[in-house]
Amino acid sequence: MLDIEIDGKPAQVPAGSTIMDAAELVGAYIPHFCYHKKLSIAANCRMCLVQVEKAPKPMPACATPVTAGMKVFTHSEMAVNAQKGVMEFLLINHPLDCPICDQGGECQLQDLAVGYGSSASRYQEAKRVVFHKDVGPLVSMQEMSRCIHCTRCVRFGQEIAGVMELGMANRNMHSEIQTFVGRSVDSELSGNMIDLCPVGALTSKPFRYSARSWELSRRKSVSPHDSLGANLTIQVKGNRVMRVLPRENEAVNECWISDKERFSYEGLNSSERLQKPMIRVDGALREVDWNVALDYVSHALKDIAKTHGGEAIAALGSAHSTLEELHLLQKLTRGLGSGSVDFRNRRRDFSADGKLAGTPWLGLKLSEIKDLDAALVVGSFLRKDHPLFAQRLRQLAKKSGQVSLISVTGDDPLINLHGQLTVAPDQLANALAGVVKAAAALKNEVCPAGLEALTPCATSQAIAESLCAGEQRAIVLGNVAEQSAQAAQLHALAAELARLTGGRLGFIGDAANSVGGYVAKALPDATALNAYEMFEKPRQGYVLLGVEPELDCHNPQQAIAALKQAALVVMLTPFKHQAALDYADVLLPTAPFTETSGTFVNCEGRVQSFNGVVRPLGEARPGWKVLRVLGNVLGLAGFDYESSEQVRDEIVAPDSEFVGGLSNAIDGVAFSLSAAAGGLQRIAEVPIYFADPLVRRSEALQKTRDAQAPSARLNASTLAQLGIAEGSQVRVRQGQGEALLTARADESVPMGCVRVAAAHATTAALADMFGTINVERA
Amino acid sequence: MLTPESLKRIDREIAKYPPEQKQSAIMAALAIAQEQQGWLSPEGIEAVANYLGMAPMAAYEVASFYNMYDLKPVGKYKLTVCTNLPCMLSGGVDAGEYLKQKLGIDFNETTADGKFTLKQGECMGACGDAPVMLVNNRRMCSSMLPEQIDKLLAEFE
Amino acid sequence: MAILGALNPMLTVGLDGDKAWHLADYVKRGGYTALNKVLAGEKMTQDDVIGVVKKSVLRGRGGAGFPTGLKWSFMPRAFPGDKYVVCNSDEGEPGTFKDRDILLFNPHAVIEGMIIAGYAMGAARGYNYIHGEVWEVYLRFEEALAEARAAGFLGKNIVGSGFDFELFAHHGFGAYICGEETALLESIEGKKGQPRFKPPFPASYGLYGKPTTINNTETFAAVPLIINGGADAYLEAGKANNGGTKLFSVSGHVNKPGNYEIPLGTPFSTLLEMAGGMRGGRALKACIPGGSSSPVLPGSIMMDCTMDYDSISKAGSMLGSGAVIVMDETTCMVRALERLSFFYYEESCGQCTPCREGTNWLYKIVHRIEQGQGRADDLDLLGSITTNIMGRTICALGDAASMPVQSFVKHFRDEFAYHIEHKKCLVPPDVQRAGSGFFKATV
Ligand SMILES: Cc1cc2nc3c(=O)[nH]c(=O)nc-3n(C[C@H](O)[C@H](O)[C@H](O)COP(=O)(O)O)c2cc1C
Ligand code: SF4
Ligand code: FES
Repeated sequence: MLDIEIDGKPAQVPAGSTIMDAAELVGAYIPHFCYHKKLSIAANCRMCLVQVEKAPKPMPACATPVTAGMKVFTHSEMAVNAQKGVMEFLLINHPLDCPICDQGGECQLQDLAVGYGSSASRYQEAKRVVFHKDVGPLVSMQEMSRCIHCTRCVRFGQEIAGVMELGMANRNMHSEIQTFVGRSVDSELSGNMIDLCPVGALTSKPFRYSARSWELSRRKSVSPHDSLGANLTIQVKGNRVMRVLPRENEAVNECWISDKERFSYEGLNSSERLQKPMIRVDGALREVDWNVALDYVSHALKDIAKTHGGEAIAALGSAHSTLEELHLLQKLTRGLGSGSVDFRNRRRDFSADGKLAGTPWLGLKLSEIKDLDAALVVGSFLRKDHPLFAQRLRQLAKKSGQVSLISVTGDDPLINLHGQLTVAPDQLANALAGVVKAAAALKNEVCPAGLEALTPCATSQAIAESLCAGEQRAIVLGNVAEQSAQAAQLHALAAELARLTGGRLGFIGDAANSVGGYVAKALPDATALNAYEMFEKPRQGYVLLGVEPELDCHNPQQAIAALKQAALVVMLTPFKHQAALDYADVLLPTAPFTETSGTFVNCEGRVQSFNGVVRPLGEARPGWKVLRVLGNVLGLAGFDYESSEQVRDEIVAPDSEFVGGLSNAIDGVAFSLSAAAGGLQRIAEVPIYFADPLVRRSEALQKTRDAQAPSARLNASTLAQLGIAEGSQVRVRQGQGEALLTARADESVPMGCVRVAAAHATTAALADMFGTINVERA
Repeated sequence: MLTPESLKRIDREIAKYPPEQKQSAIMAALAIAQEQQGWLSPEGIEAVANYLGMAPMAAYEVASFYNMYDLKPVGKYKLTVCTNLPCMLSGGVDAGEYLKQKLGIDFNETTADGKFTLKQGECMGACGDAPVMLVNNRRMCSSMLPEQIDKLLAEFE
Repeated sequence: MAILGALNPMLTVGLDGDKAWHLADYVKRGGYTALNKVLAGEKMTQDDVIGVVKKSVLRGRGGAGFPTGLKWSFMPRAFPGDKYVVCNSDEGEPGTFKDRDILLFNPHAVIEGMIIAGYAMGAARGYNYIHGEVWEVYLRFEEALAEARAAGFLGKNIVGSGFDFELFAHHGFGAYICGEETALLESIEGKKGQPRFKPPFPASYGLYGKPTTINNTETFAAVPLIINGGADAYLEAGKANNGGTKLFSVSGHVNKPGNYEIPLGTPFSTLLEMAGGMRGGRALKACIPGGSSSPVLPGSIMMDCTMDYDSISKAGSMLGSGAVIVMDETTCMVRALERLSFFYYEESCGQCTPCREGTNWLYKIVHRIEQGQGRADDLDLLGSITTNIMGRTICALGDAASMPVQSFVKHFRDEFAYHIEHKKCLVPPDVQRAGSGFFKATV
C-alpha cells in the first residue's frame, strides 16, 4: 500500500494503481473518455489530465502510476486549465447540436462540456465531416462526425469480443473508425460498443430516435436467454420496452451483455404476440375469454385422465421458463396423475437420470473462472451458445490460463486455445476418454475400465497435461455434450477426469433456467416419460409451456407427429405461432419475462428474481398465474398462491442467494468406447438468434449474418465423396422428413458429417440433432 | 491473390522477426503486394492479413496509416515531390508547380493516359539535394531543376 | 555524395562516397577493431563499455540529446529473456539527411556500434528502422548486413567470444511519427506508428514488451570511435558536456547544401562558410538550427551561436538532430511556417486529442493568414492553442508542432501582422520565387 494525497485528502492505495484507480478509491471524480476499467489504457483523449506535485506538466490520471507520497490535484488551476483546453479541442470538430443527437441526455461529452466548455467557440474554421457507415442492423454508425477518437470501440473488439472488426484507419485528423472495406460488424457482443461510446457516434440502430433518454424509466430485470443470467436494465416508455442495457454485476455479466440479450426485446412487440386465449372450434382457432378457455382445458384434461389414465398426459416446459412456472407446471401435471413432465427438450440421452447426486450446475462461480489455471470445455459452440461465458474464458486465456476445447466443429471461439480437438458427434465421448486415459497415465493410475483399447492422441495428451498442471482447473460440458446421445458417458468421463486431475466438473447449461428446472423438479418420475419419450410414445394430451416444439425439441419430426395425433394440445405461449395453428387446440397467452415476475437460477445456482417491467400485453397473463388458476379450476390442492414470491419460497429458501443441492456427482455409468456409427452424421447447432421464441422474433437480430438461413455444410473431401458441388442444392433427409438446402464447403466440419442447424423452420421437418442423415443432390 | 514469388519475398521478411511475431512483416508484405499489383487493393490487404494471421482491419489500419501505400490505383509512374520547407527553400514547391503544368494535373491526380500520378510528399531525408522527387516509392531523383525534370519525363515517354 | 566537408572529422574519415562503404574498406579504415577490442582483445565487461560511453559524454544524435551511456545503464541487463537494441534511422525531421549518408557511405560503423551496444546491454537481437523514402539506403544496409554476417561479425559466437547477436533492417513506409521511438517500436510490431504513453519506458517495456534501447544512427556510429580512441579523446574532440563531432545537415539558402562534420562547439559562422555561404550573397534572415521542430532563430542571434547543445539551447532553440535550415531575406516567414504547420498536421498520428485537433487548427489559421484571410486576434489565438497543446500530448510531436508556431510569431510578429493587415506578404512573390533558384532568375 502506498500513502498518497488526492486534493489534500490522504489515501492509501495498492502499489501499481494509477491515479485514476486511486481517485476512484477515494471518490474523487476525474473527467475521462478513453479510460474504461475493462479496457487497456490508451491515454489518448487527455481529458483526465491532473496536476501532480513536482511534475512540470499535467499528467493523464488514467495512465500515470501512483508513487509513494504523491500529491495529486484534480481541480487545481493547472489541472482545470488542461482539462478545459482538451475539452475545447474535443468540441472544435464536434457537431454542437445536442438537441437533435440520439445520445442527447446520456452523453458524457455533453455532460462534461457543460462543466468545462466556454460558451462561445473560438474555432471559426470549417468542421470536419465524417461519412456515415453501414455496419449491419444492430450498431448505427450514422453520425461518425461525432466520434472523439477515444478508441474504446476498437479496444473492445480486440480485447473483449476477441475480434477486431472496427479499427481506426488513416491518421491525423482524418482518423476514422471503420470496418474493413465497409463490412458488417458481426460479433455477438457488438452492442456493448454502443454503451462504451461516450458520444453519439455509435448508437443502437433499432432504438435510434425512438425515444429520448429522459423519457425512459429504468427497471431491473434478468436475461431470459442463456444460462449466465445477465443482469439487465430495461428502459420503458409508456407500456413499451424501448431498450435493454446491461446492469453491471461484476459477479455475473460484469458490465456486458450479448447482442441477443440487448436486441431480442424487439420480439416483445412482435405482431405475432398472442393477446387473447384461443380454442380450436370446428377445426379453426377462435379467440375466447379466459374463463371459457380455462374451463375447456380443465374439462379436456380431466377427460383424458379419466379415460386413458394420467400417464396419457405429458407436460413440457422450457429452460427459458421461470422457476415459478416450471414448479407449477410439474405440480399440475402430477396433480393430474402424470409423472411425465420435463423441460430438457433438446436432450437425447436421459440415462443419467436417477444416477445423479443433485442438481447439475457449473461447478464453480463465474467469478472464479479468471483464477483457473486450466479449463476444458467439451461439446460447445462456445461463442454462439454462451457469449459472455466465452468472453470470460477469452480473458482467462489472455492472462495465463490454458483453455482447451473438444467439440464437433472447428469454429473459432476467438479464444487463444491451448488445445482443440474436433471430432464427429459419435466420437465425442471417445475423444474425452482419450484425455481421461492420458490423465490417468500422468497420475500413475491404472487405465479406467472400458478405456483399455484407446490410444490418446497428442492433443489429448497436451490437454491432459495442462489439466494436471496448475492449481485450479475445471472441466465443463456444453450444450452439445448435454444434447448428445452420449450425454451420460460424457458426464461420467468428465467426472472421472475431474477426479483424476483434482479439477471441478460442471455444466454450462443451455438456458436461463437450466438449473432452475431441476430445482423446480420439472423432471419425469422414474417410470414416466422424459422430454424425448413423451413424443416418441405419443400421448393423448400435451401441455406445452413456452415451447415451440418444431424448433425447440431434439427431434421435431417426432414431436410434431405426436402433437398432431393427440386429442389435446394446450400451449401456454406469448406468441401466436404459425406452425402451432396446425396442431394446437388451445393457445393461452402468457407473459414474456418483461411482463411477469419470476426467478431464474443461473448456471452457478444463483437465484435471481425479477419483477415485470411493463403490464402484460392485451389479455396475456403471467404464466404462474395461468397455471395457478388452472390448478384451481381443476380442483387441485395447493394452488392458492397470492404471488410469485410465494411460489418461489416453496422451492428455495427465502432470501437465499444460491440454491442448495447442487452437485455434479454421477454414479453407476460404466465407460464404454463407442464404435463409429457409419454413414453421414448430422451436426446441429442451435443458431444464436433462433435459440428461443423471443429472439426469433427480433427483427434486427434476424437481419444479422448469424441469422442467415441454414445451409448444409460439409468439408471439401466429404463433399467430393458425395459427388456434390459446393453451392449446389441438396436434399437432406432424416426419417420421414427432408429439407432442401444449399451445400457449402466448410473445413471446420469433421469428415463424414453434415452441419445442418436445428431451430430453424427450414430444417424443422428433420429428426435427431445428432443422428444419421442422408444428403443427396436435389 | 499473392504470387508465389511475392509469398517467397514475404517469407523472407517474416524470418527477420521472432516466430510468434509474424505481424511485424506486415509493412514489408503490404509493400510487396503493392508492387505486385501496382497499388494496394482491399483484396491484396486481406490476402496479406490472412497470410500473417491478422484481422483484415488491423492490416488496413497499417495500410492507411503510412503514406507510401496507394489504396487507390495510381499511374504507371507515381511522382512524389517533396515540398517541405527545406526543399521549398530550394525549389521543391516550384518543382511541384512545374510538374503540375507539364502534366496538366494537380497533386493526387493521374494523367488521363494513366501514366503519371503526382503527389506532394513530406520530408524524404534528402533536403540537401532539393528539389527531390521519388519515383514509384523507390527511385530518388535529386536536384530536380527544370532540365532534369524534362529529362526524367522524356525517359518515361 | 552529400558529405561535403569536415573539420577535424572522426566519423567521416576515409569515406569516399559510394566507393568505400564495403566491409573490406571499413576494415581497412580500422573498422571492427572496436568490436574485437571489446569482445576479444581487452574482453571488456558490459560495465566497462557503458562506462566508456558515459565518460565520452556522447549525447543522442536523434534530437533530444540525451546522454547515451546513461540511457544504456537503464537497461535491466540481468533481466532474463529477450532484449533488443533498435537503431532509429527513420530520419524524417525536415532538414535532416545525415543518417542517410552514414548508412550509404559507412554502414558498417552503425552495425559495429549496434553489436557493441547489444553486448553492453545483454541484447541478442537488433533492428534498424530505415526511413521509407530512402529505398537505396535500405538495400545498402541489407547488403552490409550480409557482409557482416558472412564475416562472422553477426550471428553466433561473434569473434569467438561466445556472444551472439543478430541484426535486421526494417523498412518504414512514409510516416514521420515513426521517428518517435515508441511509435517506431509499434511500427516494427506491425501496427500503426502510434506513440505509446510513457512510463513504462522502452528500457522496461519496449519491442514486443521486452527491454529495449533505441538510439539514433549517428549515435551508434560514434560508438566504435569512442571505444577505439577512448572516452577522453572523444569528449575533447567536442567541448565540455558536448562530446565529439557531429554531422550537420545544412539546407536552404546556402550555396552548398549538404552534410558537414564539425566538432561540437564550432561557431555557426564557420559552418555557414563551409556550406559555401549564403546563396547569391543574400543576408541571413533566420535559421532553424536543429530540424523543423526546433524554434527558429533570427539570423543575428544565430550568428552568435556555436554549434552545440548548450549554446543553441541558451539562444532559445535546440540542437535537435543537427539539421540547419537556412533562410535568407527572400523568405516569407508566414509561408515558411504555413508549410511546417501543414507538415505537423499531416504527420500527427491522430491518436491524442490536443495534437490531432490542435495541429489541424494551427494549420488552418496559419494557412488563412497566408491566404490573406487573417484576423486581428489570430496571433493571440495561435499562442493560446500552442499552450493548450504543449506538454499535454502523448509524445513530443505536439510540442514539435507548437514550437515553430511560437517562435515564428515571436521573432517575426511584424511580418505576421503585416500579412493580416494588408492581406499580402511583406516579401513580394517574385522575390520569393527567385530565392529558390529553381527558375534561372536572380534578385
Ligand atoms: C515526432 C518525433 C520524431 C522523431 N524523429 C526522429 C528521427 O527521425 N530520428 C531519430 O533518431 N530520432 C527521432 N526522434 C527522437 C527519438 O524519439 C529518440 O529520442 C531518439 O531516436 C533516441 O536516440 P538518441 O538518444 O540516440 O538520440 C523523434 C522524436 C519525436 C518526438
Ligand atoms: S502528440 Fe500527436 S503524434 Fe504524438 S501521440 Fe499524440 S497524436 Fe500522435
Ligand atoms: S481518460 Fe486518460 S487520457 Fe483519456
